[in-house]
Parts: sequence; structure tokens; C-alpha cells
Amino acid sequence: MYDGGKIITGLIIGVILLSFPFWYNLGKAAKFPEPKLTPKAKQAGQCVETKVYMKAHHMQLLNKWRDDVVRKGYRLYVGLNGKMFKMSLQNECLKCHSNKQEFCDKCHNFVDVKPYCWECHIEPKEAKGGK
Amino acid sequence: MSFNLAFYSAFFAVLGLVGIVLLGLGAHLYVIFGVVVPYVAVLLFFVGMIYRVVRWGRCPVPFRIPTVCGQQQSLPWIKRTLGDKIESPFTTRWVIVRMLLEVLCFRSLFRNLSVSLDKEGPKLSYFSNKWLWLWAITFHYSFLVVLLRHLRFFTQPVPGFVHFLDSIDSFFEIGLPQIQISGIILLIAVTFLLIRRITNPQVRYISLPSDYFPLFLIIGIAFSGILMRYWYKVDVVAVKELALSLVHLNPQVPKGIGWIFYVHLFLVCVLFAYFPFSKLVHMAGIFLSPTRNLPNNSRYVRHINPWNPVVKVHTYEEYEEEFREKMKEAGLPLEKE
Repeated sequence: MYDGGKIITGLIIGVILLSFPFWYNLGKAAKFPEPKLTPKAKQAGQCVETKVYMKAHHMQLLNKWRDDVVRKGYRLYVGLNGKMFKMSLQNECLKCHSNKQEFCDKCHNFVDVKPYCWECHIEPKEAKGGK
Repeated sequence: MSFNLAFYSAFFAVLGLVGIVLLGLGAHLYVIFGVVVPYVAVLLFFVGMIYRVVRWGRCPVPFRIPTVCGQQQSLPWIKRTLGDKIESPFTTRWVIVRMLLEVLCFRSLFRNLSVSLDKEGPKLSYFSNKWLWLWAITFHYSFLVVLLRHLRFFTQPVPGFVHFLDSIDSFFEIGLPQIQISGIILLIAVTFLLIRRITNPQVRYISLPSDYFPLFLIIGIAFSGILMRYWYKVDVVAVKELALSLVHLNPQVPKGIGWIFYVHLFLVCVLFAYFPFSKLVHMAGIFLSPTRNLPNNSRYVRHINPWNPVVKVHTYEEYEEEFREKMKEAGLPLEKE
């Protein structure tokens, strides 16, 4: 090999950089999130839409709610089976899902999502205790 | 090769790949597309890249062949500006500067010119043409950002720089999930590169399926990724579980990840596997380009061709020694009496 020293060095640096995901996690056991429902949420049994829909689209629903309330002044949302809900994060969602740390944060932290809800809204009290 | 054949064969090849995944998912081959294909692709990528680089390394470069456009190092009274030092590097240090500009700023592409003949008469004009440079560099950097952002699926805890990139990328806070600019720019840039290939007659004439295929493949990857993020939602937590299990070498396929994820993943795997055996290998090749990475010092250092055979020489001194008597008799002048 010609200029072998330089080429092999470059190759090793390249392989180390590109294999980053394989060695970065070594020895760190990943904890998979298991969001917990509050007793109240369990009792209600049903969110405003189906569980599958909420899991995938809750952020879009919340975004729509915000626009509807803040920009259009609508306050009522017709959910699953024609049930009416008040469009409000603090007064509707958090009524059941009052456990932000055990519910919202579980998945959000796992996939590194930091929603900006709490830049305007007041976090539920339990969060103030800190982690 | 005709345009139609080159263009459509590549287009349908990518469509066919999507078809393969969908058929595979229909047959519930989740382990094949979630575990086997990614591992094979990553293995092919690393082995292929190392193989290509080692093979390049074994080729001798007997002469200095840098392409330069600056005053070379010469007599002390011939002045060299900073530009000359970069464009016609004399030492390894300046070669490094040149290579950094090449790799990070695509400097040689920046010099791209368009040539045209004047309609009025035989007048040749050169224009500065930065469009290719602009879209090439936005394409590469947005692809890099997209790639780095994906580390959030492969790392736990997620390193800070990934979140930092993500927050800059969704700076405008449009919609939810927030629109990430790099993904949009990537799609626009790669589409421009495709349109250029189709509309520019000269480029179109020399384009082969191997030119169109990576473009369609990357368009497919970006498009499926954008669709997945904003419309056809998949279970992101399950995706991350799969990704982590793959890099922990303990593969497990969680149930219920949407079909579009497998399309996205398969196209990415094909890209990785295809990488070392295609033009895309310029990622490594740029570092081994002799026209870029050699110092222009032919007048200063003697470069000996490594495959020169050993030549048996007969010097004049030896010749004189051999024929001394005869030369003396003939009255020829001798260097040594």
C-alpha cells in the first residue's frame, strides 16, 4: 500500500465516526417507556378519540385545539361518539392525565421530544417537585 | 444509452424496491425487513467502503498530478499570495487547507462555469454558474443534518448535540410535529439535482441509470420520511425500540410499526448497501483524489516511479575503463589518463 499510514488512519477515523450508534450505547441499558394512567383516566376508559388515534395524532389534535381556541374562539370539540369536550389542555386533558412525569414525559423523553406546551401553560403541580 | 432507458429503468427500479417491501410486509416478513436487511446493508457498507479504500491505496501514484490554478512555489523573488498557496499547495499543511475547503465548501465546484456560444457570431462566453454548487452544498449539508438528527433513535440517552440540531431545525415552530427545515431543503435540493440532469442537454446526454438511481432513491427516502413524520404516523417508541435493539446486537421487532416505516428503512438499507459500489463512494474518494491531495512540488522533490524496473547501467567511466587502450591508440580524448 502506498501512503498506507495516512490511508489506514483515515479509514480507522471514518469507521469509528460512522459506527457511532454501535459503540455510543455500550454498557448503557435502555429503559423502554411505560406511561402510566391515573386512576381517573382508567375509570374514564376513553379519551376524546380512540387510543390508536391519540397515540399517533395527539400533537396534531392539540395544535388544532390551540388554533381553534386562540384564533377562532371555538371552545367545544365533538369527540368520539358525539361526546362534547371543552377544548382546553389544562382543564380537559390534565383533568385525567394529571401525571405529566409518569405519562407525557415517559415517551417524550425516550424519543427526545421536548414539547413547548409549558412555555405558556402551567405545568401540573407534581412536576414542581422536580425529578 | 437513451434518456428514456436510463431514466425509467432507474425510476422503476426504485418503485420496484418499494413494491418488494410491500409484498414482504404482506407476507409478514418483518424480521427480514426489520433485522436481516439492515444488518446485511450495514455490513456491506463497511466492508465495501474498506475494500474500496484499500484498493485505491494499493494503486501507486508515481507522479504529482494536482490540478492547480495558482503560482507554484518557485524562485524566492516570485511572490505567492494566499490564494496561490491554497490553489497550488507546496507543503502538506497547505494540502490540508486545500482539502478542508474542498470537503467542507466544495471549492472546485464553486468554480463551475457555463460556456455558451454567442448567437450573433462566433464568440465564446464563460459565465459564473453557482447553481450546481448551491444545490449540491445545501443537499449535502441538509442530508448530514437529517442523518445526525436520526441519532435520536439510535442513542439512549440522546446526546445534547442531537437535540440542539433538532431545535435549530424546527426553529420556526410551524405546526406539530414541528416542520424540520432540513428535510424540506433536502427534498428540494435533490429534486433540483434531478431536474438539472433532465433539462441540461449535455448532462442529460451523459446520464446513466447509475446517475438517476441514487437520485430517485434519495427522493424516495426523503419523501417517505416526510410522509411518515407528518401524515402516515408510525409508533415512534416502537421504532426506537427496534433501532436500539439493532445497535445493541440484540434484535427484536416490536409489533405494530406502520408499513411506511419499513418502506423508509428498506430504501435507506438499499442506499447503504449500494453506497460503496456506486458513484456515491466519492464520500471516501474525495480524500484519495490525487488531483487534490498531492502537493505541487515536482520541481523540488524527485518522485520515483515505484514500478520502475531495475535498469542495468553502464556509465561513461566504466566505458572508458573498458576501452581505455583502444581509445588511446585511436587518439581519442580521455577524462582520466
